[in-house]
Parts: sequence; C-alpha cells; structure tokens
Amino acid sequence: MTEQPPTFRWVGQRPVRPDGEDKVTGRAAFAADFTLPGLLQGAVLRSPHAHARIVRVDTSRALDVPGVKAVITAADFPDIPDELASNNGGPPDFQDLSDNIMARHKVLYEGHPVAAVAATSMEAARRGLAAIEVEYEVLPHVINVLDAMAEDAPVLHEDMRTKGIRPAPEQPSNIASRHEQLLGDPDSAMADADVVLQREFTTAPVHQGYIELHACTVRTNADGHADIWCSSQGQFMVRAYTARLLDMPLSKIRVFPLEIGGGFGGKTTIYLEPLALLLSRKSGRPVKMQMDRQEVFRASGPTSGSYITMKIAARRDGTITAVDGTLCYQAGAYAGSPVKLGCMTAFAPYDIPHSRLVGYDLVSNRPKAAAYRAPGAPMASFAAESLIDLLARELDMDPIELRLKNAATIGTQTAYGPKFREIGYVETLKAARNHPHLKEPLGPNQGRGIASGFWFNIGGQSSARVSINEDGTAVVTTANPDIGGSRASMAIMAAEVLGIDVAHVQPLIADTDSSAYSDLTGGSRVTFAIGMAVSEAAQHVVDILRERAALLWDVDVERVEWHDGRAESVVNGEQSRLSLKELAASSAKTGGPISHQATINAKGAGPGFATHICDVEVDPDTGYTKVLRYTAIQDVGRAIHPSYVEGQMQGGAAQGIGWALNEAYVYDDEGHLQNPGFLDYRMPVASDLPMLDTVIIEVPNPKHPFGVRGVGEVPIVPPLAAVANAIARATGKRFTDLPISPERIVGLK
Amino acid sequence: MSKLHVTSRINGEPTEFLCEAQEVLLHTLRDTLGLTGTKEGCATGDCGACTVLLDGRPVCSCLVLAAETQDADVETIESMASAEGLHPLQQQFLEQAALQCGICTPGFLVAAKALLDENPDPTEEQARYYLAGNLCRCTGYDKIIRAVLDAARQIREQNREVESA
Repeated sequence: MTEQPPTFRWVGQRPVRPDGEDKVTGRAAFAADFTLPGLLQGAVLRSPHAHARIVRVDTSRALDVPGVKAVITAADFPDIPDELASNNGGPPDFQDLSDNIMARHKVLYEGHPVAAVAATSMEAARRGLAAIEVEYEVLPHVINVLDAMAEDAPVLHEDMRTKGIRPAPEQPSNIASRHEQLLGDPDSAMADADVVLQREFTTAPVHQGYIELHACTVRTNADGHADIWCSSQGQFMVRAYTARLLDMPLSKIRVFPLEIGGGFGGKTTIYLEPLALLLSRKSGRPVKMQMDRQEVFRASGPTSGSYITMKIAARRDGTITAVDGTLCYQAGAYAGSPVKLGCMTAFAPYDIPHSRLVGYDLVSNRPKAAAYRAPGAPMASFAAESLIDLLARELDMDPIELRLKNAATIGTQTAYGPKFREIGYVETLKAARNHPHLKEPLGPNQGRGIASGFWFNIGGQSSARVSINEDGTAVVTTANPDIGGSRASMAIMAAEVLGIDVAHVQPLIADTDSSAYSDLTGGSRVTFAIGMAVSEAAQHVVDILRERAALLWDVDVERVEWHDGRAESVVNGEQSRLSLKELAASSAKTGGPISHQATINAKGAGPGFATHICDVEVDPDTGYTKVLRYTAIQDVGRAIHPSYVEGQMQGGAAQGIGWALNEAYVYDDEGHLQNPGFLDYRMPVASDLPMLDTVIIEVPNPKHPFGVRGVGEVPIVPPLAAVANAIARATGKRFTDLPISPERIVGLK
Repeated sequence: MSKLHVTSRINGEPTEFLCEAQEVLLHTLRDTLGLTGTKEGCATGDCGACTVLLDGRPVCSCLVLAAETQDADVETIESMASAEGLHPLQQQFLEQAALQCGICTPGFLVAAKALLDENPDPTEEQARYYLAGNLCRCTGYDKIIRAVLDAARQIREQNREVESA
C-alpha cells in the first residue's frame, strides 16, 4: 500500500507575498533608503597598494576641511585579546575581522581601508579623505593561489604557521591550514581499478554580485547606546560582531533590519557598521555610509578561486571505487576559505568506498573571501562532475546511468562523516532521465551536459513568535531577514497550522531588541529552521486556543479538537464549534492575549541534491557560448511556496552559468583589480539566458513538520560542470579552467 | 557656487528643486525629493536599478544631470500605481513571483513599461534584449520575462475591451 501524500490547504499554494506590494511600488526601505535628520556622510580611504606596510597616517589636515566632523583610523579600534578572537571556537576570527575593516600595520589588498571620515556632504567627505596623508612602504605581493604556495612567496602574515600539520612548521607561510578527509584505502583501490582518470582544474574568484550596495546608518547616544539601521543576512550577527570589534555590551546596540537587496552569503559579515558607529560617536551626529560598486568589488565578498587536482578510479562496469584529490582555495587576505566544505561536498552524491581529499586554505593579496551560496561546493563539484563526465565517455556509458549506478541513497556512508538518511538524489536522476529535455535534438556545435550537486542544509538557533490579534488574524514575528520570499513561506506555515486564511497572517521581521536571538539567514536554513520555530509557535497557540475553548465550554481540553481554524467538541451532547475569531474576541474572559514564542536549536536538516541538464551552442568564430536550454531538478523535501522555490533554483542556476562562462576577478601585475564594475565584471543579463526550466522533487525530510529540506544553496552547485560538460560535447574539447570565456574557445581554432 | 534652480514635472507634478551643477538626477530624486524607490546599484549606468522615464524614454538616472531635467517630464516607480490599483506589470510581477530581494524590481518595472509603451506585443527575445540593461542577480530572469510578456497580453486585452466597448 502506498502512503497517501498529506493534503494541505496552504502549503504548496502560491499566494502573493505579503511584502510584495511594497517592493513593486518602491516603498520598501533598503539599507540606503533610510535617513535621519542631521545625517553625516561617511567615506573610507582605501589602500592603492596590494601589499604595503603603513609607515604613517596623518589625519590632522582632514579635520580642517570645511564640513568634516570626524576622522578615524585603526588607532580608534580596541585591540582584541587572543581569548576573544574566536566566535565560541568558530569563525570569524575577530582579530582578522577588525584588521580587515580597518588596516592596522599593513594593507593586504588594494581597497583595504586605512581611514574614514564623516562630513556634512559626500563632497566634503571626499575632500577630507584627500587631505589624509598616508606613507606606505610597498611590499612585494602575491595574487595567485599557486604563487602564494611557493617557498619564496611574499608572506602576508608573519605569524601564520600552517595549522593541521604536525609538527607545526617553524617558518611562516601563506598556507593557513591543511585539512584531510579520508575514507577507506584509496591507494589500494586506485591500484586495483580498471580505469583511473586524473585532471587539474582551476576556477576564478567570483563575486556574489548582489545589486544592493553595502550601506548602514548609525546613531549613537550620549549614554553609550547605538542604533544601527542596515541590511544584512542577520541583525544579531551585525550586533554581535560590532559589539565584539568595539568592545561594547550587546545590550548597548540595537540593530534594525532593513530590506536586503541580495546577499547570497556576502552579507553574513560586516564592513561598515563599526566605522559608522565610531564616526557617529566622535561627531555626535548620525552617520550614513554606503560603498560604491567599485568598493564592493575591491573590498567585500568574492568567493575563493581554486586550484584542484583530482583523480577518479572505477571498474569497467562503471562502479566508482576511489577518488583522490587536492583542493587549494584562496581565502583572500585572511585565513578562512571554505575548502573544508569543498572536500565534504565534492563527491557527496555518490557511494564511493575509498576517498582522500586534502584541502589547503591559502592567503594572498586579495579581498578576504566571504560566503557565497553553498560555500566551497561549486568549485569542488566542478572538478568531481567533470571527472564523472569524462569517466562516462571513457566507459561509453550514459552520464545519468553512470550516476545512478553510483548514487548515494539511504544508508550510504558519506566521506565526511554521517550516513545518509532519507535523501532524494536518485529521484532527481530518474526525473532527469525521463525529462523531455533529453529528447530535444542537438545540431552542429551544440552539446548537452549533465551534472549533479549536494548541500547539507542547516538548522541552528531559531526563534519565532505567533500572536493572535483581537479579530482573529495573526502576526508572525521572526528575526531573519527575508532575502527571497521567506515572509511568504512563514505566513503559509503559520496559516496551515492555525487553519486560517494566509491573507490573515501578517509576517514581521523584528529588530534585535524585539525578538529572541536567531542565527543569520544563510545555508538554506530559514524555511527549514525558522519554519520549524513558526510551526511550533503556531501549534502552541492552537493548544492555547483549545484550552480557551475548553474553559468556555467547561469541558476537558483533551476533548477539544482543532480543525480548519476552529475548536470543536461535543458539549452537552451537541457538536459545538468556536472559531479562532470568536476565541480571540473572548480572550479577556479566558486568560488574556494569545501568543507564543518558540525558541529552538533546530536539528535534523535534510540534505539536498540536484541534477541539472544544460544544452549549449558554441560559436567557433566568436567563441560565444549560448545556453539553449536549461533544466534544474532538485529534491527540496517540501515546497512551501513553489514559485519562490523555483526562483531559488533558477537564480542559483543563472549564477552558476555566469561562474562557468564569464565571471572572474582580473588583476594586473601591480595587484590592482582591473574589472571592479558591472561593465567588465559581466554577470548574465536577460539576453544571455533562456527560460530556466525547473522540476521540484519532494522527498520529505522526516524531521520537519512539513518535510522541508531547504533550497537556496544546491542550485549553484551543478551548473559549473553542467555547462563545461555541455561545451565538451559541443566542441570535443574538455575545458578544466573557468571561466570558459569566448577568447579561450576561439583559441581552439 | 550657488545651487541651480530647476523646474520640472516629476510624476506629473510641477516640481522645483535646487541642485549642484554636477549632481545626478538619481541623487536629487533620492536625497532631495525623497523618492527612494529609484535605486543605486552601480552609478555607472551598468545595472539599470535607477531607471526612470525622461520624457517617456528609459534612462539611467545616475547618468543624467539633475539640471538636464529643466522643463522635462520625469516618471519614477512611485507613479506607476494609481489610486485604482497596481499597473498590470506590477500585478504580474507579484503573481508570478518575478522578484526575490526586490532591489532591481523598480528599475525593471520602469524599463518594462517603456518597452510595452514602445512595443505592446514583444517577443520573448525582444523583451530579453530590451531589458538586458537591467541586472537581476536573484531570479535568472525567467519569471521576470514571463511577467512582462503576460502583462503585455493583459494590457492588449484591456485595450481591446476598451476599443470594443
């Protein structure tokens, strides 16, 4: 007997998002849209050098510039003691973070901040910056990942000794750490294999490319309190990081989350808030700061570039027996690339008994890398899925059948630790095999690529409050910025549990003083973890409502059931009902307002898998690769609002296509970024892409009340290899370096 | 140097404002007139987030001097909905989930309105090329293009109903 899928009233529907009207009319307030009376404009003086010692900073003349009200340098920042450097043992390193937002002794990349001013106008601020004298002793620099590993490479941090090597090296280097992930006996398995393939891969650093510039407004009061209005992926993160960097108690800082204009991981850290706070404190005025686009490219975010060598071994029948590889990731100027996550995710979709992946975290004179959607996974997966495609060619097997033969399923031992429980990877492959996309004919210079991808999805500390209004409508308060429609999914889940119309649920995103703590928005955790908290809070509210009805009816609460937004019971032999509206109206008689806050540390995140199909046509004369068709198939557990699930799948695919074909940080010999703008850092535009077809697979996560896994990270993982595999079949040439830009294809002729 | 005194029509209203000679329209709209629906994404004319209509033509307001709008008509996102309700483009963007974070949405809507004013029945390819100056990093454009094409259809049907009435 097959289990009937649960039926829902709201889960799986596509209501208009509650914040939608504000966003199509221009009313929604993003970071830069906030203002206060008496506002000063802040601006940052940035290093023109890739690597230099700061000999002297003289700000005295800046304060003489008319309109300039305050100047700060690293001397205004407290030193962070070693015992407060880590975040409960995890990232970020607060000493590095402090140094990154305001250089202390050395500048480590072009664009590294050295001073900041606040003035009555942007023009005055710029004149103030021009009046600051900085004397640099320029040092040799290193940009590329392999150069940074060389023995004679310029060393960025004199105290950097590679972690993860015993005994610890005596000499400093740019290798921050070494990580090894071992399962079984890969050497013996390689020796026994019928086929062994090996390739080298490189990927360029790419920027998250959010359209909204980093911006914040800070007001400090004479009593030491500070209010911060900004966009970020977590108001509690902004509060905690700012407090730590400025040695302030959390209770003195209140962060108001404004709408966030894209983050993709890049807004899981801070750059401007402590600067603006210090400038406000010094000037006694509120201060607004906003990066321009060049600053965003030069000094925020990108994700790591990588150099990867990878080897795969298989039996003649297509059984993959072993993998062995080395992954070198650029962390930028400070340690902390996601190379460990690269090792963990690379071959996670497969049941491979023997594997060894070694990761190196490398610093070089580039901006410090920040998280970007499925951090670390796309580059590693590009190598893994390119090799699997090569293996399919070598063995003359269909690439989907080869993946099916080796696919991870329930019980598979992962190389990174746990055994998988219920997962839906096989389902994505079967959906790919049956998809009409595969029947579309291909012409000359056209090719089809297949690739898969994995992301853990995460839980974490989460809070949500559900309150019933006097008229029976509800407010759902959460503390996680809505980066792509999460208000809609929170409202849907609350409406489903309460049994009321989703239009009667108003979601609200609270500031740090108005809600219990919640981890930031990221890692595909919000619909899973915050959704869990919302469901729990709503369920508790239902229990309160049942108690209130029991009180009014004078029956045992166990005899009161909740259906379709109503309490139901047999009272004095008669079937009786009380609607939520009636119970809300009588709340004064039954115990007062009805509300519950759920605070949880969500466990049981369900891994997500995707398989993508990409068709390209390569113009051999111009080198232009046109994506003809694209299909993204993903197990999401449960789609709460399918339109926004599809949107995540499409957006991730588009970003991955950009990563594969065009996007890259380009440096000159001086270590200056050559393309810090959208004209030369070319992200996909509407005319570059076809419609992006999606197939939602629902293998429910048993740990979530509605089966949610999480959506946002996985879709950026497969496209790099899906595009490269398609180009390989269109051109007969395997590209192992990204981006596969037109000039590299034209070089074929 | 003293500021320039400019008189233009902004969202249909005769409007006077003072601006610096070098000031761009984007900053006047946002900082002087409080019309923050027009967004800054690059300030170099590459992202389209600041698109407004200048005498009916879509322009990047970061590339137009405020002083150039003397006697001109400027339409921003704030004038797109009316007392009767949302413009069909706005309605379709909502119904088709054509926005995620929403920062590029005002620019897309204004540019799409210019497209439909020019060409009430664009093909998918025409829409994609017309809107190629507007960057969206969240959606992959699929739902935006569908919303624009469906809004075009809806407007054509409305116009036919008006004509036949």
